[in-house]
Amino acid sequence: MRLKRKDILAIEELTKDEIELILSTAESFKEVSEREIKKVPTLRGRTIINLFYEPSTRTRTSFEIAAKRMSADAINISTSSSSVVKGETLKDTARNLEAMNPDCIVLRHPSSGAPEMLARLVRCSVINAGDGSHEHPSQALLDLLTVKERFGRIAGLKIAIAGDIAHSRVARSNIHGFAKLGAEVSIAGPPTMMPSEIEKMGCKMFYKVEDAIRDAHVIMVLRIQLERQKTGLFPTAREYSKLFALDSKKLEHAAKDVVILHPGPINRGIEISSDVADGKYSLILEQVKNGVAVRMALFYLLMGGSRE
Amino acid sequence: MKKKHIMDAKGIERALTRIAHEIIEKNKGVEDIVILGIPTRGVHIARRLSHIFKTIEGAALPVGSVDATLYRDDIGMKEVQPALKRTDIPVPIDNKKVIIVDDVLFTGRTIRAAMNVIIDFGRPANIQLAVLIDRGHRELPIRADYVGKNAPTSMQEKVKVHLKETDGVDEVVVEE
Repeated sequence: MRLKRKDILAIEELTKDEIELILSTAESFKEVSEREIKKVPTLRGRTIINLFYEPSTRTRTSFEIAAKRMSADAINISTSSSSVVKGETLKDTARNLEAMNPDCIVLRHPSSGAPEMLARLVRCSVINAGDGSHEHPSQALLDLLTVKERFGRIAGLKIAIAGDIAHSRVARSNIHGFAKLGAEVSIAGPPTMMPSEIEKMGCKMFYKVEDAIRDAHVIMVLRIQLERQKTGLFPTAREYSKLFALDSKKLEHAAKDVVILHPGPINRGIEISSDVADGKYSLILEQVKNGVAVRMALFYLLMGGSRE
Repeated sequence: MKKKHIMDAKGIERALTRIAHEIIEKNKGVEDIVILGIPTRGVHIARRLSHIFKTIEGAALPVGSVDATLYRDDIGMKEVQPALKRTDIPVPIDNKKVIIVDDVLFTGRTIRAAMNVIIDFGRPANIQLAVLIDRGHRELPIRADYVGKNAPTSMQEKVKVHLKETDGVDEVVVEE
């Protein structure tokens, strides 16, 4: 089995075998991060550009650490300190970056589809690090890895995703990913945050969190994107919290050995209560740890073979 | 396809027993020895050696695995990315005698890569190499300290070591 792709743009386009290859490769990479010398020479002389048009701590740091542990040279560009503020278009930025001959560009962009456009423009690999409300493939892969490690499998598990489904690229990637590997996905959130025809993605829809998490093995809580909440999708954060936040009371409806994921950053007290986020069910920090391994695997699989 | 058996189960067992004795003789015992197999079959051979040491010397030696994939010199040159295997170095290797174990010694490039992995984990007192088959055609100045069988081959031939753990049968076959 091999990965033939130039780019990783969306979970939707990956096959089950490709996802499993990425996960098993990531499992091997976990050990590298536990060594005293956390570095392997594999991607020596490769250049990776992290191009971030949106703020990010976790994802950007994770990609950077992954690149550095593989001995690649990682360059970070955040738009606030780049020519983007002078009005340069993504197309022009891409062409100029390409002239410096990078091997991979990691792109986060507020517009859905931006990585796909970039991938058509440049010869090097492109990894989507989150585009608008479309997809965030590396996040779904690290979630899959975290769940697989805990349960030893994905097939047959019940996954509940709660929160703002409509705006969430994390939800979209995870619905595709878990469904492809044979899990059953339920989603829950206020009706204003449910995209129309979401059931066509193969998941069950609920308007009450309690109903979605019943029998679930995994509960994934999404961040309420306060920066995208100016259009009144819910009356107040307090009301949202009361009805939809995962707290210990709602958690009583779930199985005793349920695990909880959150892609971060957490709005404590809004979508998840602190005692749940920090509690024994939480795998949130394990997700972060696995994020580095998954991104190392993506770099390895995209640049470890020749595409000619 | 022509197939030639060059070793059977009994032959493999005898060769490994002899290698174990040679290791004990050269190192004057088994103290401070760590055995690291190269996945997949090198690890099985390493476990078998450890088992033989236990019956001879009564001491269980630490056994681990060292995957050289990430240190290969042809990353990005082959069409297929080589699959990653496990690296598991069970004890600190500083000042230990590390014995690398593999099934077939060919160009020596895997051994070079494996030595670099080991050196990134610590500074062993020395590194030794034990292989079941030495088929020649070295491309680097590397030789094995312990060899089960020397099997002169042509470049076109393939040497296949089959072990019960992975292949259900113990044998060494040369295919053309």
